[in-house]
Amino acid sequence: MATNLNIEVTPLPRVEGHGDLVLDVKNKKIEKLQMRIPESPRFFEAMLVGRNYMEPSHITSRICGICSVAHTFTSTQATENAFGVKLNKQIIKLRKLVNHGEYIQSNSLHVFFLAAPDFLGIGSVLPLLETNPAVVNIAVKVKKIGNEIVRIICGRAVHPLTTVVGGFTKLPTEEGLLKLREMLVSLYPDVETSVSVLKTLKIPDFERETEYICLRNNEDYALYDGDIVSSDGWTIKPIDYLSRIKEKVVKHSTGKHCTASRDSYMVGALSRVNNNYSQLSDNAKTYAQELGLKIPCYNTYMISIAQFVEIVHCVDDSIRLIDEILAFGLDEDKFMVPVKVKAGRGVGAVEAPRGLLIHDYTYDEAGKVTKANLIIPTNMNYANIELDLAQLVPAIMEKTEDEIRLACEMLIRAYDPCISCSTHMLNVEFVNK
Amino acid sequence: MSKPKVGVFGLTGCGGCQLEILNLEDQLIDFISAVDIVNFTEAISEQSDTYEVALIEGSVSTTHDIERLEHIGKIAKIIIAVGACSGTGGLNCLKNLYGTEKAKELVYGDKKGWIEAIDTKPISEYVKVDYYARGCPPTRSEIVDIVSALIMGKVPEIPSYPVCVECKRLGNTCLYEFGIKCMGPVARAGCNARCPSVKSSCVACRGSIDDPNVNAQKDLLSQYGLTVEDIMEGFNLYNACVKIVQKSK
Repeated sequence: MATNLNIEVTPLPRVEGHGDLVLDVKNKKIEKLQMRIPESPRFFEAMLVGRNYMEPSHITSRICGICSVAHTFTSTQATENAFGVKLNKQIIKLRKLVNHGEYIQSNSLHVFFLAAPDFLGIGSVLPLLETNPAVVNIAVKVKKIGNEIVRIICGRAVHPLTTVVGGFTKLPTEEGLLKLREMLVSLYPDVETSVSVLKTLKIPDFERETEYICLRNNEDYALYDGDIVSSDGWTIKPIDYLSRIKEKVVKHSTGKHCTASRDSYMVGALSRVNNNYSQLSDNAKTYAQELGLKIPCYNTYMISIAQFVEIVHCVDDSIRLIDEILAFGLDEDKFMVPVKVKAGRGVGAVEAPRGLLIHDYTYDEAGKVTKANLIIPTNMNYANIELDLAQLVPAIMEKTEDEIRLACEMLIRAYDPCISCSTHMLNVEFVNK
Repeated sequence: MSKPKVGVFGLTGCGGCQLEILNLEDQLIDFISAVDIVNFTEAISEQSDTYEVALIEGSVSTTHDIERLEHIGKIAKIIIAVGACSGTGGLNCLKNLYGTEKAKELVYGDKKGWIEAIDTKPISEYVKVDYYARGCPPTRSEIVDIVSALIMGKVPEIPSYPVCVECKRLGNTCLYEFGIKCMGPVARAGCNARCPSVKSSCVACRGSIDDPNVNAQKDLLSQYGLTVEDIMEGFNLYNACVKIVQKSK
């Protein structure tokens, strides 16, 4: 039990850590609470200046290995919008399919490999190899099939190759798509087994209502495109994002903080499920109910469950997309639409697995970038994570230091922050005063 | 070397190389059984200061990166640079081209004083690198091949010929025929020409071969009405930190 806590970051050079927690509590009152992000800044906005219009999607893909597809498509969208390029339906469907592949890969990585060990009280997925190899095999298989979608359509799973401004350099074959369909269908029994395992996890109770922001469109559960909507009741076009979303530099983080209608907002799976639940596949909704995900859901720890529900949706919707593409006949001549360079500004907005992602480029007449602004989902969540922690910590002061630390770590990990931060999120040292 | 203790570390980068290890999928369980993984940021909570082999992704872009890297260098007997950032500085070097101080100002404005960043460098500037798994990202099999060779006491084989060799072997039509610029003639192979094979230009993410025949590249370019300058812009995407050694005429 503690009335005073001083959790200090110990920036040991040998300690792996891109994020730290600073927590100072005196007489059960939080004096200081910060999620410190010392992750090396990479300056992509500067790297892009002067580059030819075909390069930004290649460059920004390298922001994140795990959501390289989301960055690629946000980037191509921004450039296509700047030039007024209109894609054909086949290209859009294939892009949506690729995006689903990344969701299956990225969400399963978080649900099974990163978050589940927390709920089971173990340090990684490795001990499960001994105790529950069947579950590990399922996790590996689900992730692999997500990767296969991206690989078969884009040439490889991490940092796609065929996806360029205007479409694709090369289309997949019909056989490739049929093979993917077969793999996707084979996942249903695994989904069933996963649900039975996920049901046994003890998800902590923690509720804090916040502003939920994501994309929405009339056609589908918006992952690839749409308007930006907020649970606080506003909708804007992506090009107008600056009218609502404010970025600011804070001293303790190389990742900027963002706000919209309140002091913080949340992006990611829970925002999408909260705002667009009715557009999930029927199958996904059934599992959501079975796993106790009731809308609206204000429990941050339920993000993992929302991500699992999205895996099911993406499996269903990928099969639907493949069927539509094949029913229409894969048209090998329609892999790319003409791209005519012109000066102007364009904004791309995609739902990356971790949440809304925005790229904003301005081009000159030669098709070179003159200005770029990128808004990254993990940055949008920082302020919300800090406010969640500020509510969580006073409520669990009766617990031991280790328990408090684990609860904080789990809460931060629940957001699925960019992976290199997610396992060693906290380098902390407790000093009881 | 039997069941070596292996640490997987990330400096400044995208985490994609570590992900490629997790993406070994069917081979993953074999891989983690053949070695004793004691550090792996992306996958496990445990940490150790005892390991023989260090797989390092990411480039050096902060003083903190230098401290960590030098610490790893004191412990590891064998250092494998994984990926372009680690091997050549990779795409992160574009920041050096723009100017690190200017970049701080552009991104963080009047708060730039809060941000610590130095010119990006490959890890070989600070520690001795024994092997390179090149590329952005390296192929999964390459990472496994290097580690397997070490376990079996062999020297890993790393190609020193250009991507064109692999591309021709696959029977691909040259991208120049489609009017697409490609670094294949001078870029280091080992990827099985994966970009040109899907009609996407080679960007030399593995750096140049040791002794590139720049004159032949010039001849090829002139056939298609291009100059070396035309393609250098593409070459610096991954190699802004590298000085290409040009053969004199």
